[in-house]
Amino acid sequence: MSRIHVTANVNGDEVEFLADPRETLLDCLRDHLGLTGSKEGCGTGDCGACSVTLNGRLVSSCLVLGVEAQGAEIATIEGMAKDGDLHPLQRKFVEHAALQCGFCTPGFLVAAKALLERNPDPTETEIRFWLAGNLCRCTGYDKIIRAVQDAAAEMRGAA
Amino acid sequence: MAKDEITKGYTWIGTTPDRPDGLDKVTGRARYGADFSLPNMLHGAVVRSPHAHARIVKIDATKALALTGVKAVVTRADLPTGLTGEDLYLQENTLAGEKALYDGHAVAAVAATTALIAQDAAKLIEVEYEVLPHVTDVDEAMKPDAPVILPGCADHSVPEGSAPNVARYIDFGRGDLDAGFAEADVVRSAHYTTEATHQGYIEPHAAVGQMGADGKGEMWVCTQGQWYIRKMCSAVLGTDPAQLRVTPSEIGGGFGGKTTIFMEPLPLALSKKAGGRPVKMVMTRAEVLRATGPTASASMDVKMGMKKDGTITAARVDFRMQGGPFPGASPVGEALSCAFACYDIPNLGHHGWEVLANRPKCAAYRAPGSPMAAYAVESMVDELCRELGLDPIEVRLKNGVKEGTRASFGPKYKRIGLVETLEAAKAHPNYAVELGPNQGRGVASGFWFNHGGETSVSMAITEDGTAQVSVGTPDIGGSRASIALMAAETLGIPYENVRVNIVETGALGVNEPTHGSRATFASGKAMWEAAQGAIKEMCKRAAQKWDIDPEAVTWKDGAAHPAGENAGKFEPMTIKEIAAEMGKTGGPISGHHESTPSGAGPSFGTHVVDVEVDPETGHTKVLRYLVVQDAGTAIHPAYVEGQYQGGAAQGIGWALNEAYIYGQDGRLQNPIFLDYRMPVASDLPMIDTVIVEVPNPGHPFGVRGVGETGITPPLPALANAIHAATGARLRKLPMNPPAVLAAIRAKG
Repeated sequence: MSRIHVTANVNGDEVEFLADPRETLLDCLRDHLGLTGSKEGCGTGDCGACSVTLNGRLVSSCLVLGVEAQGAEIATIEGMAKDGDLHPLQRKFVEHAALQCGFCTPGFLVAAKALLERNPDPTETEIRFWLAGNLCRCTGYDKIIRAVQDAAAEMRGAA
Repeated sequence: MAKDEITKGYTWIGTTPDRPDGLDKVTGRARYGADFSLPNMLHGAVVRSPHAHARIVKIDATKALALTGVKAVVTRADLPTGLTGEDLYLQENTLAGEKALYDGHAVAAVAATTALIAQDAAKLIEVEYEVLPHVTDVDEAMKPDAPVILPGCADHSVPEGSAPNVARYIDFGRGDLDAGFAEADVVRSAHYTTEATHQGYIEPHAAVGQMGADGKGEMWVCTQGQWYIRKMCSAVLGTDPAQLRVTPSEIGGGFGGKTTIFMEPLPLALSKKAGGRPVKMVMTRAEVLRATGPTASASMDVKMGMKKDGTITAARVDFRMQGGPFPGASPVGEALSCAFACYDIPNLGHHGWEVLANRPKCAAYRAPGSPMAAYAVESMVDELCRELGLDPIEVRLKNGVKEGTRASFGPKYKRIGLVETLEAAKAHPNYAVELGPNQGRGVASGFWFNHGGETSVSMAITEDGTAQVSVGTPDIGGSRASIALMAAETLGIPYENVRVNIVETGALGVNEPTHGSRATFASGKAMWEAAQGAIKEMCKRAAQKWDIDPEAVTWKDGAAHPAGENAGKFEPMTIKEIAAEMGKTGGPISGHHESTPSGAGPSFGTHVVDVEVDPETGHTKVLRYLVVQDAGTAIHPAYVEGQYQGGAAQGIGWALNEAYIYGQDGRLQNPIFLDYRMPVASDLPMIDTVIVEVPNPGHPFGVRGVGETGITPPLPALANAIHAATGARLRKLPMNPPAVLAAIRAKG
């Protein structure tokens, strides 16, 4: 099947790649652009390990076709730290031991960042429901929720 | 949160620094199984049986091989013959031989220049099947006229005249059961069943394998144990394990499911056939659920006798567990040994049947066998407590095992912490919270043996006085941090000055996987021994410099000191000073340790859960959850808590929702996460923890493994809580809303 030329902006960088029309955005990020931070845990949009933002909207990149990225702005885990400084969420995840195997972590971080951009002061319940699209099998979520709460508090304090 | 009040005079142990691999894992840099690629790499795909049981009449790969980009197809005919025992079963499971034995069983594999071409090619491989009658239910599989899965599977333990799918029979006990039951005021028996569940690690199995015609190969793979991968792949392929070098990637969860092989030999076999080009293979989620190793499904009977004062006088279990189509995979032996491990009961009987069924080959899943056993036994204890009006914690304290008690499975316990967990649960504020309507509280305890296992560790002192530790146990939940903390403590240097590397098979002697809750125990113990070797050498170097006897030098606070007044007066020589000149004073300084350590102290825990059951829908909401468990010594308390919380969450999923659902056709009906629904954040409350510390005498710092026990109590604790809330006793898992509603309605 002939491939389609796609140009997009990923983490602030102009990129281009050739996508088979059957390939997902996740495939393209990982296999064509070498951005393997986004993970495939299910391929059916159930686990959230592939979470990225597409034009500011949180999506499962396994449910977006690569060719749909034409002209889009995409943000992945690789773009979350700025100039070597970790995002508060990234720092708090490490401090709170909110990861064990770490495989789901990029998706949780991208999803949590999208939450805090919309709602800087979410309740525990709001955090739990927002992150219900991200599966973690190691932690029981406790430390993840606490890390998000702590990061949100720090970001509110800094704002 | 981490317990700051625990102090033992340690500098590093018991603190909660950032994990060494934290930065890599929050930035997306950490390389997991599917993140690895090589130049000139091919991609593999697998053809799987759509039938639960079928004779393979013919495999025709002509059309697939004709597709542009296809480089190799592998079937069972490409693998060596003559294997026996577990090696044969591993090979059978890698690629089906005469018969496909379960829905999803691999039949052929193909390698092509892209993953999409490989997937297209897999569809072009034509397999002709003769469909056979199948059986997936454990009790059905034990009937004399059930479809026979593996003729002659029974070993010497199976009594003559048993059903043909019974592969093993186990029978042990003590005392006099009849006399024991006669002593009891109440004797009850009941039947309990659990369905198979999957470990549910979020990372699907992935590997890149490369093997030349000379049988030399390399593999990069997500695994709990690189040496097991090496041994098992070599056995299946008939190659020399020393010629296969296996490097573990970061691992995205395992819980026992990545201690063995499923598709891992296939990239190697395909690579060999494709002229040595590396082959990458990544499973889909559906492949993971259909064709890797879930846990067993179980059919269990429990009989127990109790006096009015709560004394348990006698108990008997009859456990039947299917482990898939091959002998040796069902954890029924472990389940029997765990059944009464928490109790000191004079009269005991255990009977177990390992049964074959047309389901995937079971793998270990966190305390294999123990959660099912606990579901049956801890439910029965609760039933008796309720009937006699006794407090469930008091009854467990009355009958609970302690130091010196002879365990139900044989040996005498050394120092253990069951009683301490029960006391801590009783004293916890959660146990005193008043409950409202439709709410109920459940209590259960759990046990796991813990494991030592073959271990090999090296420590090398770096030129700048820091230390690197090479271990063979992949870091699944923070073991780099725990080993670095213990190394810092042992050497007397800062935590940040230790680098822990998880190394490939060429770098150390054989290591068992990260399994049996052993990584922090066994690799930590071996690290301590290795460090003693390095310390001895550093003391020797100082003695050389001071021109005194090496025996007159001691090590403390990261420096060599004269042992006493008589040794002479010298300024301490720091590790940094010794390391800086080690090239001139005798060469590199390192320490090694190889052993199969004993003394992995058993682990006990007690859980308390409060639920609210919606009488209209049968939905169970977990209101609060408490895990109390003995860690021996908590090296990094935050990651100890993480093990407790994660185990509890998996157990809650098993209890309330997760199950393998097979259709009449023998096909798995829920092979995606939407339908195999694991707990999500909105299903759970915060999970409260208490770390009890009863040091393990078998470890230099008192460590007990903490990984597994936590999954054991949730199954019965939730059943007991649901009973308390509704009056309905659920003796079958999962206790999902339809099941709970039906039980409430049946009660009338």
